[in-house]
Amino acid sequence: MRRKKPSDPPEVVESSSVPAVPELLEEKPKKPRAPRKKAVKLEVTDGLSPEESAGVPTSGQMDDLSSVSSAGTGATGLETTSSAPVALDTSLGLSPEERAGVPTSGQMDDLSAVTLSTPPSTTNAPSSLSLEGSRIDFYPTHEHQGYRMRPGRALPFGATLVPSGINFSVFSSHATSCTLVLYDKGEREPKVEIPFPEEFRVGNVYAMIVFDLDPETLEYGYRMDGPFSPESGHRFDAEKVLLDPYAKVVSGRDVWGLTPDWNDPYPHRARIAFDDFDWEGDIPLNLPSEDWVVYEAHLRGFTRHPSSGVRFPGTFTGLREKLPYLKELGINALELMPIFEFDEFEHSITDPETRKVDHLNYWGYSTVNFFAPKAGYAATGKRGMQVDELKALVKAAHKQGLEVILDVVFNHTAEGDQRGPTISFRGLDNQTYYMLTPEGYYFNFSGTGNTLNCNHPVVRGMVLDCLRYWVSEYHIDGFRFDLAAILGRAQDGTPLSNPPLLESLAADPILARTKLIAEAWDAGGLYQVGSFPSYGRWGEWNGKYRDTVRKFLKGESGLVGDMAMRLQGSPDLYAARGATASINFITAHDGFTLRDMVSYNDKHNEANGENNNDGANDNESWNCGVEGETDDLGVLELRNRQIKNALSMLFTSQGIPMLLMGDEMGRTQFGNNNTYCHDGEYNWLDWTLLESQSETFNFCKNMVQFRHLHPTLRNRYHLSGRDYLGTGYPDISFHGLSAWQPDWSRGSRTLAFMLCGKHARGGAALDDYLYVALNMDWDSHAFGLPHLPEGMVWHVFANTGAAAPFDICTPGQEPALEGQAEFWMGPRSVAVLVGKVPV
Amino acid sequence: MKISSSTQNDVLLVTLEGDVDGKTAPQVQQEVLPLIPEGGKMLLDLKEVPYMSSAGLRTLLLIYRQAQGKGSKIALSGLSEDISDTMSATGFLDYFVVTADVAAGLEALK
Repeated sequence: MRRKKPSDPPEVVESSSVPAVPELLEEKPKKPRAPRKKAVKLEVTDGLSPEESAGVPTSGQMDDLSSVSSAGTGATGLETTSSAPVALDTSLGLSPEERAGVPTSGQMDDLSAVTLSTPPSTTNAPSSLSLEGSRIDFYPTHEHQGYRMRPGRALPFGATLVPSGINFSVFSSHATSCTLVLYDKGEREPKVEIPFPEEFRVGNVYAMIVFDLDPETLEYGYRMDGPFSPESGHRFDAEKVLLDPYAKVVSGRDVWGLTPDWNDPYPHRARIAFDDFDWEGDIPLNLPSEDWVVYEAHLRGFTRHPSSGVRFPGTFTGLREKLPYLKELGINALELMPIFEFDEFEHSITDPETRKVDHLNYWGYSTVNFFAPKAGYAATGKRGMQVDELKALVKAAHKQGLEVILDVVFNHTAEGDQRGPTISFRGLDNQTYYMLTPEGYYFNFSGTGNTLNCNHPVVRGMVLDCLRYWVSEYHIDGFRFDLAAILGRAQDGTPLSNPPLLESLAADPILARTKLIAEAWDAGGLYQVGSFPSYGRWGEWNGKYRDTVRKFLKGESGLVGDMAMRLQGSPDLYAARGATASINFITAHDGFTLRDMVSYNDKHNEANGENNNDGANDNESWNCGVEGETDDLGVLELRNRQIKNALSMLFTSQGIPMLLMGDEMGRTQFGNNNTYCHDGEYNWLDWTLLESQSETFNFCKNMVQFRHLHPTLRNRYHLSGRDYLGTGYPDISFHGLSAWQPDWSRGSRTLAFMLCGKHARGGAALDDYLYVALNMDWDSHAFGLPHLPEGMVWHVFANTGAAAPFDICTPGQEPALEGQAEFWMGPRSVAVLVGKVPV
Repeated sequence: MKISSSTQNDVLLVTLEGDVDGKTAPQVQQEVLPLIPEGGKMLLDLKEVPYMSSAGLRTLLLIYRQAQGKGSKIALSGLSEDISDTMSATGFLDYFVVTADVAAGLEALK
């Protein structure tokens, strides 16, 4: 769209005195703006266009980086010409804080309209109250179809509230021109398209302030013109309206699962956020990571099932209502699967007959926008208040001592390969944002079609901006990076020894206290568990922990030595990084649930529609005798025991334990180990399991509490196997059927270890002595117990070989063991003993 | 947007009628903020407010913050279920004493 007339020569305008400018602009009729000279009645809504109240609820301006002053000069646009001077006086008396949110549409007009009815004293408000009166740059220099603009600020990128208007800034190194497209919320057609005048361009950044916009009803996008030459990496298409990569709110898919208008030319729309949340002093918790007990959950799956009983199932609010449950379980770090805006309809299939939509992108590992929370996860998404809702969740989580970790997917975007939709990056600057082959095709290290060009300086900047934003604005405590090995690849795909992105993240001042966790592999075959470039900061999902424990659990031999490493926080992998580099997990969203791991030998992914070809085959699972559901009591008893065995190993290992949502209550996915596409029973947590699987829940809860009670289980640094304090016991010692004689032989399936309580945390803490015996043999065995220091006696905390309620007890209330010489272990069982002075 | 006020016992009752959104929130601020009594009590009746946007909710929070600064007590009455739900989901509700109607509000402020 072209401007009606060329913009006024900037030099003319800018050299004009301030009051002259508006006159220059005022002479034209302004289509979208109602006449200004209008007495304001009490019924203010009458006859006012949205622009009249532009910039209105701008408490956010207060917090805005680029706004120098607080809100307007007191007098407001609405009242400037009003006959209600009372209102003018009132706002003048306010402190800046109080005036935050005072309407500012008139800021410009205040300057321009002094001669109307505003008392001069109003515009000359004391500078202590407002700097604006003394600033000379708050007036438009250009006009386009009734919309007034001026050159913007290149930083920050995105759309930012500034006094009187909104600053739009977007980057493209190869576009030839850029147009800002503005919509009223929900309207199919734009209300105006404003090409960026060439003189608004700073380097490769298009920056413009547009005045008098109502941030609450505005949606915006960009058109980028430039070459379409895929062989050179360029895929510009000026027909497309593009989502701002820095949009803080994305609308268009406001309610989860609501079938979209497939023909909407601009389905994912950028909006403005009010970053003015009232945190009331909250900051990220900074819990020591060695104290973490992580719970990996899907935001929607956690409360979507009707049995959750929450008022808004499947939303941020629903989760907030269930926070006390996580507290009861002893969780202090909640890791949320992706909550950035994604398109659940990506790869969906509509049944031609029933019109039923299935095969959704339920997990959400496919980002549409990195700065915006998923609207469909908010009960208030249709109100556009997802930002406030998510912040309310984080604040509430912090109040109960729960940290929030986000699973972030920076390895690819929702645009797929050349056949995918053009939503944002492809149209903005394809060659910059994506890793491309020399022929211009998309590298596919993520297994999803494209690969974000993370080590391009510009993309690196975006990732950094994004994480900083989530930490500073949302108080997020940590991030788990999906397929993080990709973040260490160069622009041509080769692995880097010193990846600039990872180094930047590790050294960033804003992220300095943020936990960083890598999924240290990718779909391109790069496997870096133990070797991920950590810069002393990064933890890792320890895939070797999962594999070893699973094999050991199902009774494979030859694993005792390997297990000894896993139980100690994998010092073989993380020698220099300490135990907290190891995120220990046996199950995660990828793969079987814990219950399925002991109920299925093979995956059963038929419902995914790929003939059971998708999902991993190396599950290292064992069905305990019958594949799938059964009513064989012997099999069920063994499965229960194996679940308890797994939980016992997980929570007595050094490192950071991570529990998968629902594993504490025996959640099943019916043998499906890749449930990414199911919005239903496969994934929704059925809360009635709390009753039917209460034995598992009770066991798990007590295990977690036990871990919290015993610092010797939570060492930051690796144990040494030596007695460096002269206590008579090494910090960790290994044992077998005989005390002090572990059986490292190839056929061994038994192992025990003892932790010396005086060595807890390098001697900084004092704890009981702990002894954990693992008998993964199918026979019973007597384990000879190590002698304790004088006066101490072995007590039994847990014994999975015993039937409930004798399988576990309340931590701290363990009964003393009758014979102290040995402990009889049933087949495939784990026992946890506590050595302490009897009460 | 119509705003009226009266005093009932020692409570200032402010009644809003109409939507509170980006267009009307400024008026609410300009008219209601100065009414907040120093060290007094104010009841904001929203029975006739069918819709409140994000800007409207922020206005309520501003009123609350200013009331705090003036040492005055403030309560809301007559919230529609929709507004109440939105306020609850976004955490705004946590700040306020919320009552069903004016009578209950006056009682709560006693």
